Amino acid sequence: MTSVLLKVEDLVCRFGGLTAIANLTFDVMPGQIKAVIGPNGAGKSTLFNVIAGVTRPSEGRIWFDGERLDGLAPFQRAGRGIARTFQNLQIFRELSVLENVMVGRHLHGSVGLCQTILRGAALRSEERAIAAAAMELLENFGLAGLAQLQAGKLSFGQMKMLELARALAGEPRLLLLDEPAAGLPPAEADRMAEIITSLNRRGMTVLLVEHNMRMVMSLAHEILVLNNGARIAEGTAEQVRRQPEVIAAYLGEAADA
Amino acid sequence: MSTTILQLLASGIGTGSIYALIALGFNVVFKSTGAMNFAQGEWVVMGGMIAALLAHGFSSIAVSCLVAVLLVTIFGMLSERLVIFPLRRPNALLITLVSIGLAICTRSLVMLLLGKQPVGYPGFSKATTLWISGVSIQTQTLWIIGITLAFLVVMHLFFERTILGKALRAAAADREAAAIVGVKVETMVLLSFGIAAFAGALAGAIITPLTLASYDQGAMFSFKGFSAAMLGGVGSLPGAVIGGLALGLLESLGSFYISSDFKDAIAFAVLLGILFARPSGLLGRADIVKV
Amino acid sequence: MPSQKAVPMPRPAAAGSQAPAGNVIEPAAPDKNAIGTRLAGDWPVILAWLVLLPVPLVASNDYLVSLANAALINLILIASLNLLMGFGGQISLGHAGFFGLGAYASGILNARWGISAWLGLPFGVIVASLAALLIGIPALRLRGLYLSMATLGFNSILFVLFNRLVGLTGGPNGLLGVQPFSLFGWPLDNEVKAFPLIWLLTLLVMLSIRHLLQSRNGRALRAVATNEMGADAVGINSFRTKLLFFVLAAAMAGVAGSLYVHTNQYASPETFDISNSILLVVMVALGGSGTYWGPVAGALILTVVPQLLLDYEDAELMLFGLGMLIVLIAFPAGLAGVPEAVMQRLKSRRR
Repeated sequence: MTSVLLKVEDLVCRFGGLTAIANLTFDVMPGQIKAVIGPNGAGKSTLFNVIAGVTRPSEGRIWFDGERLDGLAPFQRAGRGIARTFQNLQIFRELSVLENVMVGRHLHGSVGLCQTILRGAALRSEERAIAAAAMELLENFGLAGLAQLQAGKLSFGQMKMLELARALAGEPRLLLLDEPAAGLPPAEADRMAEIITSLNRRGMTVLLVEHNMRMVMSLAHEILVLNNGARIAEGTAEQVRRQPEVIAAYLGEAADA
Repeated sequence: MSTTILQLLASGIGTGSIYALIALGFNVVFKSTGAMNFAQGEWVVMGGMIAALLAHGFSSIAVSCLVAVLLVTIFGMLSERLVIFPLRRPNALLITLVSIGLAICTRSLVMLLLGKQPVGYPGFSKATTLWISGVSIQTQTLWIIGITLAFLVVMHLFFERTILGKALRAAAADREAAAIVGVKVETMVLLSFGIAAFAGALAGAIITPLTLASYDQGAMFSFKGFSAAMLGGVGSLPGAVIGGLALGLLESLGSFYISSDFKDAIAFAVLLGILFARPSGLLGRADIVKV
Repeated sequence: MPSQKAVPMPRPAAAGSQAPAGNVIEPAAPDKNAIGTRLAGDWPVILAWLVLLPVPLVASNDYLVSLANAALINLILIASLNLLMGFGGQISLGHAGFFGLGAYASGILNARWGISAWLGLPFGVIVASLAALLIGIPALRLRGLYLSMATLGFNSILFVLFNRLVGLTGGPNGLLGVQPFSLFGWPLDNEVKAFPLIWLLTLLVMLSIRHLLQSRNGRALRAVATNEMGADAVGINSFRTKLLFFVLAAAMAGVAGSLYVHTNQYASPETFDISNSILLVVMVALGGSGTYWGPVAGALILTVVPQLLLDYEDAELMLFGLGMLIVLIAFPAGLAGVPEAVMQRLKSRRR
């Protein structure tokens, strides 16, 4: 029996008089790519922020791999195996490209303070290991040649790749991708889609928010459609695109594809 | 109520008004830059010293004070253009550090140009003390309270009723959004420095008859202003008033009932107390506080 | 002065990289920290220190050696503050206070109860660290501004205590009768004899800082300083990271305090007041905030300039203030970065 990886149940988010999310319930299965789509203001970013722990919901429960996430701070959720990227990029601009990814492996280090200050053998070998792992990831993303460059000097597309590499460095079990294609020209967006697909083929579970319909339709195993904070449709691309509610919600919105 | 308490209250409100002015200046800059402005106290000293020195020359004390305040306001705005505006990547941390350098330079300038001697001038009224139902109050204290009130009213009107004031609030609330609707953020920072310098210089000018002005008081004024702002709630303009008054009263009552030696320590004890008990201050919003 | 780069860095392959224009507060670009896939070695630091070792032998008088000692102690203070401020992005206005706690704790133990300086040193470190924990735990949960305020208030109150608890500290007249460190019964009771110990401890502090920066904790600190949201996302506990380095910096200041009090055999409150805390902040910025060697420049400035300006004391402060402004606006990498900045400017003009 396949167990659910992420379970959101009866989620409600109210900010003052505004209800951003209304009684939302859905699951993400391991190995799945699930996309959350919906018109602007549908509650997608809020949903992501709640799952990541940045925003506290008014009601509802979230389980990750059978354990409740309530009350856990964002860094603790990362510790459970949830990694995320940001719509507006939160890379470490002052650190080098390599260091960005090395930081991604923060939780995979364990050398103590004394060892660190003395620079003992344990510290040196840990540093070597972290650097090697990070370098390998950079090679996979084609950023290895830029390893020593200050991350703030990368192009936008390269920064997005870097943020994804950083997220992967922690060997997460769930990837939350917040508009991975936003701001990317078509060629790079396709590249991004390829990377996500290949990650998924190797077992990564992905939950993504995206406006780029072409990417969503081609990538996602399952699509969750939100409008005004509530679910209006859920299913495969084929099922969802035919539903009248979905079409109605998008009428008046400039469709991407 | 005993006359002692009334007297303490009066002097507490008087000092508190000064702290309120300083805290207000601090808050205005904080709201538009996110930074702690260490030069705030130096502007107080500047205003006081220039007012005192001019008062010896001019016959009209009021004019001297006015000129002093205007001069310091211009100085404050010039400072902003010289050291804040050129920063390529201004962030709160950097501006705070720059303000430390600015404070040091301002203080040195004051020391070199205006001398190390404390200066003063007689108060606004001929009579220095008033007797009201057995309580002696310095007339200057009444002037301080009155002028501060007037200034607060003007500030309130400025922020609530004028376009410039609203633009300043907008820029303080959300830089990017304000820039999008056409508010020039750099100009708002300049304006906030001007207001802060004005408030500081005003405070200095009106307190000088009571305390004398001397070049080395700047740091203490700054720190007490910071404490008052924290107490009332950083970034809250009404908070500056409440915090200032509260601090003034605490100092006044504390130095009488506990010990006058520790008067200065009171402000810092209050600061630490507030930070640990209720960091958002009396009127502040909790969300601006937690990381 | 030793070169800044510890390991020759491969020049970035990507086109158009100019001198990092970032401001002085942000952790320096990789070029300056030489953080690559290999750890920047300790040898440059050790070599630099070996150069310093013969100072007491070549110095023509004790006064110069006392300057060297003072410069080294100042280096501990500035380097530790730089760790917190330059790399961690946290402004502490209480560093002189921790310096004072270390000095008084170690000194009082010795002057009042005759306890050896060798025990006083760790005691001073512990007292400073505990105080940092006390202040840091509430203050670091709040926005950055609040740490500055808390440390400001903390230092101010400490100053009052140093002055008022006369029975313990000697009050404004200072703590007298502090015995120096002694080695197998041989007291290190003048500047020349004290030099090797100060030299050694400063070296250890500088090496510790180097090691800390090139570890996951050091990277975590810089990550938190650069982008706390991103740091959260990779699992870094920002609060604990900031607290750790706040305490470490205070501990190092405590070391400096103990060295200070046993070398001078005296301590008085005005050395540890808020204006000195601010001066330390100025020196961090002047020397080059967020660079490894910047504190050396800062320490040299702090120690030497007042000696040069003995007759022009008044100008001293103005000079520091102006210097700080110029550095913050025009030379974001601080004085330690001036040679590099000048080189960059020359290079770009050649094109």
